[in-house]
Amino acid sequence: MTTPVPVGPIPTPEFEVELGRGRVRFVLARLRLMWRSFRSGWGIFMESRMGRLSLFTIVAFALMAAAHPILMAFVWDPATYDPVTGYSFDQVEQPAPPSWKHPLGTDPLGRDVLSQLLYSTRSEFVLGITAALVTVGIATFVGAVAAYYGRLLDAFFMRLADLIIALPAISLLIVLSALFHLNLFYLALIIGVLGGFGGTAIILKSQALSIKVKPFIEAARVAGGGDFHIIFVHIIPHLLPLALLYMMFTVTSAIFAEAVLSFLGLLDLRMSWGIMIHTANTGGYLLGGTRYWWLIVPAGASITLLCSAFYLAGRALDEVVNPRLRRRND
Amino acid sequence: MTGYLVRRTGQMVLTLFLIITFTFFLVQAQPGDYASFYVLNPDLPPEVKDQIRAAFGLDKPAWQQYLIHLKNTLTGNLGVSFGNFPRPVLDVLAERVPRTLVLFLTATAVSFYIGFFLGKAIAWRRGGLFEYGATISGAMLFTAFTPAFALMMIWVFAFRLGWFPVGKFLDPLVWRGADVSANYVFGNMLLSAAAFITFALLVMLFLKRFGRRVPSVVALPILLGGALVIVVAWTLSGIGGLALDIVKHMVLPVATLTLISFAGTMLLTRNSMLETIREDYVMAARAKGLPDKQVRDRHAARNAMLPIVTSLVYSLIFAIDGSVIIESVFSWPGTGLTLLEAVRSEDLPLVMGAMLFIGTLSLLAHVIVDVLYVYLDPRIRYQ
Repeated sequence: MTTPVPVGPIPTPEFEVELGRGRVRFVLARLRLMWRSFRSGWGIFMESRMGRLSLFTIVAFALMAAAHPILMAFVWDPATYDPVTGYSFDQVEQPAPPSWKHPLGTDPLGRDVLSQLLYSTRSEFVLGITAALVTVGIATFVGAVAAYYGRLLDAFFMRLADLIIALPAISLLIVLSALFHLNLFYLALIIGVLGGFGGTAIILKSQALSIKVKPFIEAARVAGGGDFHIIFVHIIPHLLPLALLYMMFTVTSAIFAEAVLSFLGLLDLRMSWGIMIHTANTGGYLLGGTRYWWLIVPAGASITLLCSAFYLAGRALDEVVNPRLRRRND
Repeated sequence: MTGYLVRRTGQMVLTLFLIITFTFFLVQAQPGDYASFYVLNPDLPPEVKDQIRAAFGLDKPAWQQYLIHLKNTLTGNLGVSFGNFPRPVLDVLAERVPRTLVLFLTATAVSFYIGFFLGKAIAWRRGGLFEYGATISGAMLFTAFTPAFALMMIWVFAFRLGWFPVGKFLDPLVWRGADVSANYVFGNMLLSAAAFITFALLVMLFLKRFGRRVPSVVALPILLGGALVIVVAWTLSGIGGLALDIVKHMVLPVATLTLISFAGTMLLTRNSMLETIREDYVMAARAKGLPDKQVRDRHAARNAMLPIVTSLVYSLIFAIDGSVIIESVFSWPGTGLTLLEAVRSEDLPLVMGAMLFIGTLSLLAHVIVDVLYVYLDPRIRYQ
């Protein structure tokens, strides 16, 4: 695996070349190993029906998100189809039922529902993925550091996590929205920070604790690896599969929190699924039941579908990461 | 055990103190202050503006304000609500808190029971259509967009079928001319519910002394008799109709909150059971030839319960958040709706008061779950 490190005051050029080649070979070997474990994990993931279903749903939504700018640029006229400022001049009555021109009808303000739906998909992805990255970044680092150093640092971060777990996040976000203008970015940041210092940190820390006592950590220390090296090269890579799993759950909770806050009318966003339901609800169209179904069903179903897709993807990943959950006959 | 209890309570008090501090400085961090509402009036001369600010105590430095705030909070003086002007925050909260507690406690208890029962069943019969359906519908309910789901429940059961009222706490037509307040009736309802639960627990304890299993043939008639006594007492009291009105308004929110929160427990029980089933003692119990049901309930499920109790904290917090949403959709006048209305009208003292209550409730739930865990798992007790 490793190449002999040259001894002597000035390494000769041959050695440098050899060292470079060794590095390249080492990185390649590592990449190959990663690729192999990725492929076996992928196999297990795709074997479960939940995994396939969730992946299909997520990809479908991603395509929807990608379709919106293309449709806006080439097919749809912005004056009619803009998700916020558009107005459909053809209909006389404004929540108009689905037609060829507006496949999902229009909302009470005469805007195309399909366009709103597609436009919102993109911001849900941006929100969910930003929040998940922030959460996992913080949680992996905090978990690894707390497990590695232990003592005071560990006690501090774990008490902090206990405190955050004990706080109901939606209620806290409601209070925060009273005090500050929350936009998509701040919301993602707050959800990410709450998740990162909260429950995810505890789970990743307990995983890091079990890694810390493995022989290869001792070997790395004997070989002269510093704290920084051990944490970043030996502990954190082993936390990543579990971190990926918790990314999925964070995406679910972020999308959910955004939708709830938008539904209550507390967020400073242009358009989102929650706002679509909010618009329909404040207009009093919801108790019309099935008569105005296109005002609530597309947005509500999208929230549920995307949330459960990420949740089920997490569950399927759980079976990859945690072999005890797999079926006995595997 | 006592030492643990004391330590845990001490931690809780400290955390509560941190929450009070955090909310205070959060309010400090935002632009403007309590007085800006009055001070923005252009007709006021500057001296009057200064007077108003001084009356609010806003001329003092922040740390002094913080100490005053802390002293007031500890002595139970949460200030006066702007939205319900002359009423103090504590008075508003005292009216709303029992309503939230009932919604939250009933839904949590029922959903935990159903979730545990179903999770146990689907883990035992792995790989059927039942498991697949239960997992998918559980995940759907778990991730269902709560407000939309609640609105759907209202539409189906209240609007279409007309079984329950659409929302709110009571029907003014029924209450017209009633000489008792809603809170009096509701308080008495809570008392009788508490009395019944105590009675049921006592009966269970008493019957347990006769044998290992409670003979349900004996227990059921006694419990039903107790329930009947309470119902008869309410009917004779003359305010039974009013109580019935509140109960009617309660069913739909409680059912909705139960439906959205049982799925989490169910999915977790399933996972935990799957791990426990592989243990040797389950195999041993099977090899002994014990009935299937007994192995499941007494050997596997008992041990599978530990991780579920640990994560009960999450589901309790989820239910607290859920009750905020449910209250706002059903216009159920509890703390959640109070918080939301206070946030919308920038009624900051009420926001801080409601948040203090919600924080206390979740911390209390956290402590109770921890103590329960120590009780269930002796390994922790002896550490």
